[in-house]
Amino acid sequence: MATALSLTHLGSLMRGVRSVDEVGADERAASLAKRSIKKSSKLWALDLAIRCMDLTTLEGADTPGKVAAMCAKAIRPKPGDPTIPSVAAVCVYPLRIPDCVDHVRGSSVRIASVATAFPSGQSFTSIKIAETEEAVRAGAHEIDMVIDRGAFLSGDYQRVYDEIVAVKEACGPAHLKVILETGELGTYDAIRRASILAMAAGADFIKTSTGKVQPAATLPAALVMMEAIRDFGRETGRPVGFKAAGGIRTAKQAISYLVITYETLGPDWMTPDRLRLGASTLLNDVLMQVEKERTGAYQSPDYFTID
Amino acid sequence: MALTKKQSAELARQEFEYAPAPESIDHVKIQPRYGLFIGGRMVEPHSKKRFPTINPANEKKLAEVAEADEVDVDRAVKAAGKAFDSWARLAPSRRARYIFRISRLIQERSRELAVVETMDGGKPIKESRDVDIPLSAAHFFYYAGWADKLEWAFPNRKPRPLGVAGQVIPWNFPLLMLAWKIAPALAAGNAVVLKPAETTPLSAMLFAEICMQAELPPGVVNIVTGAGKTGSLVVTHPDVKKVAFTGSTEVGKLIQRAIAGTGKKLTLELGGKAANIVFEDAPLDQAVEGIVNGIYFNQGHVCCAGSRLLVQESIAEPLLDKLKRRLSTLRLGDPLDKNTDIGAINSKAQLEKIQGLVESGIEEGAELYQPECVLPERGFWFPPTLFTNVSQSYRIAREEIFGPVLSVLTFRTPNEAVEKANNTPYGLSAGVWTDKGSRILWMAERMRAGVVWANTFNRFDPTSPFGGYKESGYGREGGVHGLLPYVELT
Repeated sequence: MATALSLTHLGSLMRGVRSVDEVGADERAASLAKRSIKKSSKLWALDLAIRCMDLTTLEGADTPGKVAAMCAKAIRPKPGDPTIPSVAAVCVYPLRIPDCVDHVRGSSVRIASVATAFPSGQSFTSIKIAETEEAVRAGAHEIDMVIDRGAFLSGDYQRVYDEIVAVKEACGPAHLKVILETGELGTYDAIRRASILAMAAGADFIKTSTGKVQPAATLPAALVMMEAIRDFGRETGRPVGFKAAGGIRTAKQAISYLVITYETLGPDWMTPDRLRLGASTLLNDVLMQVEKERTGAYQSPDYFTID
Repeated sequence: MALTKKQSAELARQEFEYAPAPESIDHVKIQPRYGLFIGGRMVEPHSKKRFPTINPANEKKLAEVAEADEVDVDRAVKAAGKAFDSWARLAPSRRARYIFRISRLIQERSRELAVVETMDGGKPIKESRDVDIPLSAAHFFYYAGWADKLEWAFPNRKPRPLGVAGQVIPWNFPLLMLAWKIAPALAAGNAVVLKPAETTPLSAMLFAEICMQAELPPGVVNIVTGAGKTGSLVVTHPDVKKVAFTGSTEVGKLIQRAIAGTGKKLTLELGGKAANIVFEDAPLDQAVEGIVNGIYFNQGHVCCAGSRLLVQESIAEPLLDKLKRRLSTLRLGDPLDKNTDIGAINSKAQLEKIQGLVESGIEEGAELYQPECVLPERGFWFPPTLFTNVSQSYRIAREEIFGPVLSVLTFRTPNEAVEKANNTPYGLSAGVWTDKGSRILWMAERMRAGVVWANTFNRFDPTSPFGGYKESGYGREGGVHGLLPYVELT
């Protein structure tokens, strides 16, 4: 557990975070997106994309039935094809956790729940802590919290930091993913600063977006966060995971994230323990691409279940 | 059944091996032998001599090209002289139309040109595809626009074309250098005789086809292939009014001597030993990308390459750490593979030159770093290399290596950075990495370099003039400045 820092220290620490050149970061991300991943490497990447996926539903209209169907899909993405692995986790609202518990029992699929007044984070700290505790009690293995962007953008880094520390404590054994909502932070400098802040406060993962704000995950934002992870690891020796979420709908996009992870953080991050892709509609496109690579032909979407 | 945790872990331990992703070469037709492009058609060389051009990535012969002798060069210059009269008198908007057409044809045949450029020169396909060919087309496009606006380029003056321009280009960016030379010459109303480098003549041969396709009037562009001897015949021919050369400082000096007193106009774009200067407040990760792009782009075969890294001492350690890690992710191999970052060294002679200079660096006491890297068995290869503990006096800090070799030096203050950066006979380019805008301007004012890049490196655009200070040459190419060497102002 990170020790609390005083306000003055934290403020100057944050101002001292190294800057990011926007043009350069965009260019680097664009060049990595041009990697051509074919044949055996594509199959390997698609398999990893499934294993790293947080299959997500975060709608007001979510019901026990909808969540149950998603859990089935998470465990066995392609019925009748045991070579397709399970996804890493299902990601739901806190009230839907109990609907997942029975369905994922006995499988490798974890339950992740958003918490802390998702997606805006504009609520009382006490409520965020209580929500986290309840979610863990209900059976969540992983908590996806949002940072208080209002506090962050007004320069109140201490508040953001303290809140992450408190939520991390409330998580107990559960893993904490801290959502920065990069689309609301405005600059890559701020994304880098928020990344360092979240990791210093104890985040197990840092995550790009809620999926409720545009732009959601982008490759350059991911690159900036990964570079922060790399530097933080170099300074502290603690590896922090990365999760991209929001707007990742195609296998091609997913592979771009894997490439950028591989070339920025290295092979140690090519595992669900350190890399996640949060998505609601990505899985079927990945399955279609797997079929295409195996058979050489695209199959009708009717062969892939909609859950 | 889903995979067990153990199985997952095993899968996860496997490396992300990128499968080969070679660019297709089926659509490319390279003829077994080429003639000379004189008077609008391919002709047999008078010399009857030919020499092979090979693929430096596998040493296989691609084609045989003609070696032009004195008679051949004379024919080419005469053809250009004959074409010049009507070309210069052609309505400028008509001239523009031909140049636009060339630009369009380069775009249409861009895949083919990219593949040929990569096969003949060894550069990665991603660079020929994304940099060389698009920039070549852009250059013709840009100068086509000037053809009928020359009087606006030189207000209150009357610009007139010079006549026949003799142009000799290097092997590092064959088609792009051809574009830099031919586009402004044609726009200003000149005719040209161009000699491509002997190791990379093929894209120029394709360009000859493009001239025919564009129905460019015969003789406006002539291309003679050959080695140094042919080049010397082109620049010393008495009917050549203007000489443009890009290449080594050594040859540049020879040319200058050879044509002294002849009244020929001359522009030279020669060697460089650019400083890439990283201040302690720089965005480090992007600076690392800029350093990599600065020296490992095109295997370091770049006259404006950032071959000297000047890093502020306070951040030398983390920066070098990051740089070394980054070097280990560079992918060296088949230049036609779309994922290749570092291709083949252009020729055996160049490889030997690089090896020699690297050995001198080790002998003089610099510390060598090369990432683990498997070099292909055939062809000419050199791994990305960096030297630390380099002093200003070492050969690797003074001489142009023209290969993927970076010399790292440190500095303490901005003044020291300027002093060290300018302490070279060259002055083609420089890079400054800092978050502080005022420092960028302060540095740019003091750098003796034709181009100073701020927080970027090796960025080119047809609208931007390019050229050197000191022994890096004189005259500018690109932009409105690039027209000046091709006109006479009255």
